[in-house]
Parts: sequence; structure tokens; C-alpha cells
Amino acid sequence: MKHMYTSCHEAVKEIHDHSTIMVGGFGLVGIPENLILALVESNVKHLTVISNNCGVDDWGLGLLLKHKQIDKMIGSYVGENKEFERQVLAGELEVELTPQGTLAEKIRAGGAGIPAFYTPAGVGTPIADGKEVRNFDGTDYLLQEGLTADVSLVRALKGDRHGNLIYNKTARNFNPMMAAAGAVTIAEVEELAEPGELPADGIHTPGIYVQGLIEGKQEKRIERYTVSTHA
Amino acid sequence: MAVKMDKAATRELITRRAEQEIESGFYVNLGIGMPTMVANYIQPEKDVVLQSENGLLGIGRSPYEDEVDPDLINAGKETVTAAPGAAYCDSAESFAMIRGEHLDLAILGGMEVAENGDLANWMIPGKMIKGMGGAMDIVHGSKKVVIIMDHVNKHGDPKILKACKLPLTGKGVVDRIITDRAVMDVTEAGLVLVEIVEGWSVEEIKASTEAELIISDELLEISQ
Repeated sequence: MKHMYTSCHEAVKEIHDHSTIMVGGFGLVGIPENLILALVESNVKHLTVISNNCGVDDWGLGLLLKHKQIDKMIGSYVGENKEFERQVLAGELEVELTPQGTLAEKIRAGGAGIPAFYTPAGVGTPIADGKEVRNFDGTDYLLQEGLTADVSLVRALKGDRHGNLIYNKTARNFNPMMAAAGAVTIAEVEELAEPGELPADGIHTPGIYVQGLIEGKQEKRIERYTVSTHA
Repeated sequence: MAVKMDKAATRELITRRAEQEIESGFYVNLGIGMPTMVANYIQPEKDVVLQSENGLLGIGRSPYEDEVDPDLINAGKETVTAAPGAAYCDSAESFAMIRGEHLDLAILGGMEVAENGDLANWMIPGKMIKGMGGAMDIVHGSKKVVIIMDHVNKHGDPKILKACKLPLTGKGVVDRIITDRAVMDVTEAGLVLVEIVEGWSVEEIKASTEAELIISDELLEISQ
């Protein structure tokens, strides 16, 4: 049985000043929004955050930025956030941009005990600077190192007390790899289930990767509301 | 005779031509922005699966208002639906599909393309760097990479160059360029002009292209 937190505030006590954390989500989809809100209130500082994006100005990881809790951000696309731009230009925030597929694989590798791997993405570009290039069968590849975190915050649709998780649609994104790559992984779930209630054959993240859970109701903000009109 | 078109007409011309790159049975990744619009023109008789790198194999149409699901978006962060027969996956799996060369085609936007197939489409030095997203992975994964963009920039300067000036997204990765004036193929011999939009002359295309152009013996005209 996993630790069942009684509040998000209790859950984020695992995170301290100078911690490296991974935060699931793509855009605002699949982010552990209540854990992020609690982290803002905890006021821990000097965080290194690994996440594909950095939220928007007033939601998601953008809130951590606003309160100057992040020292370094590792992600693939940070263009939705004006405060991000201000802090980078002012030298207050360090950024390490990583191609999205490389970022996903670095996290997967980290959780899977693989220290580094070769990928073609980024060869001949600025992100190759300082990295080992090796040729296999006539093609150049970059050496990229795996990533791990002190704490991973993930979001799932369903979770049981063994820590087994099921995600919803495109809210899965980076969450499964991050669950495996965190020394401590905390899952914010929409619905908590008892062991046996979730189909064993349909689990996305086996419970071994998850240390604690908290149930949370999400607001699920939409970045680009796009609809078809009935003909 | 140069052709004057408004922006919407230019985008439609380019995206309709780009649609012809898609064959029935293809798995296709469409980049953010103009490339996403290509989906609007896919002929209904074609059996095509659109891949979204945030973990959806089988993008459907935009949802009706009562179908909107905040957990279901495309890589441009727009709400979408899943097509019948779609599959979801995580980001590592999604890029395994891409990197492992399982996609038949990627259609992406470009800032600059060089005659050797180098592509620059993610950063302008001195301006805020937003990030490359999945572009650097996608250009290496797809069996064919087609870049769609305006032939010249807003100042009228060529975007198809002898060598890219901007930092690269990928080296030697582009197979074909489709613009509002022409279609060009990157080949071992160099950049070959294969199609020209009605109303433009070969001389005009050469004058608005910095790269050296080889004129195809079978040059086609694209009617507007």
C-alpha cells in the first residue's frame, strides 16, 4: 500500500529548496495542477524543473515562475509565457532547451537505468555543442544523457492504493516516464480506486514507480479552444 | 509576370499542393501552423492516419462544442477529437514512432532551407528563443520531409538559400520544398525546380531563389 496523502500541502513537503523535480503534462494537459498550486504556497525556491513546457503566465508551472521559485528549466517549448521571457532576458532563469523526443527519451532512460543513448535529433544544430557525436552506419548521432529527479509530480485519471495508474487520452504524454524517473513520485489522481478495481491489463504505470497518491479535482484549463461548427 | 495573392489565398494554394504529397495508407505528421491546415484538404477517399507527437495516432476533426475534452489536444494545443481507430500513447512511444522512421511523411514550416536540404525553423538569434518542440526529432524520423513556406520573406528576400544563415533544426533533412511560387526537390545533384505556379516565369523563380536551381526537364505548371 502506498502513502495516501491527506493534502497536496503534505505531499509537496517532499520537495525542498534546490530539489530537481519533474512535472508531467504537455501544455496544460495532464499537469498535476493541485500539486503545483501547493508547491507555489510552500514557497520552496531554487528548483530545477524538468517539464516539456512551463505553463502559461497565470496557470501551471507559470505560477512557480511568477513566484521566482525556479532557477533552471529543462524543456522543449517555452513560448507561451511572457514572464519566462522576462526572467531569461534578465538572467534570473537558466534554460536548457531539449528536442521534445530527446527529452522524452532522456526521462525514459533515466527511469529505466540507462545512463545515455545516441539520437540523430540535433546533429549539426546548436544543441550539439559540447556533445559527443558518433557515426553508426554512415549517420551521425548525438550522445544524450538520461535524466532523473528527486521528486516527480504526475497526473492520472485513475490510481489505486498500490500506485497503479491509468491516464486519460493525451493527458498521458510525459507522465509515465516521469513516474519512473523520480526517486519519489507523487501522483495526483482524479479517481482513487481500491486494489483490484482497475484492470490489470490496462494499467499504464505499474505501481512500483509511485510512492504516494493524492486525489484532486482538476480545473483543466484549455489553451486553444478549437471547435467545429455544425453544418 | 509576378502574381499578387492575399495571405489566405497563398496559404490555401500551398496547403492544397501539400495535400497531394499524402498518399492513401500514409502515416503523417503535420507541423504546427500552416501545416496543420493541410488536414482540411485531405481527399476523403484517402485512408490517412495523422500523428500528433503529444501521443495521439489518429487525429480527428475539431470537436463540436459538446464534444470538447480538455484532455484531448493536438501538438498545437488545440482541442481535437480522436479519429475512429485512433490510439493514444506516451511521449516516448510517440517519438519512438517518429525516430524509428515509421512515419511516411512530415509536412513542416520553414524559415530557411538550403540547397543541400538543411532546415532552419526554430530560432532567430537575438530574439527570444521559444524552443524547438518536436521539430528536431521529426525531421530525422520521417521517410519524407516536405517544407511548406512562402518563397520569400516579408522583405522580399529569398528563404531558399545556398546555405542557411539561421541556426539549424536539422542538417540535410529536407526532401521537398513547396512555396507559393514553386515546388523544388533536394537531390544529390542539387535543388531541382519541378513545378512552377501559373503566372510565374522560371526567370522570376530563379531571381527570388538564392540557391542554384536545376530546371527539371519535366517542369510542370501548377494552375491556381
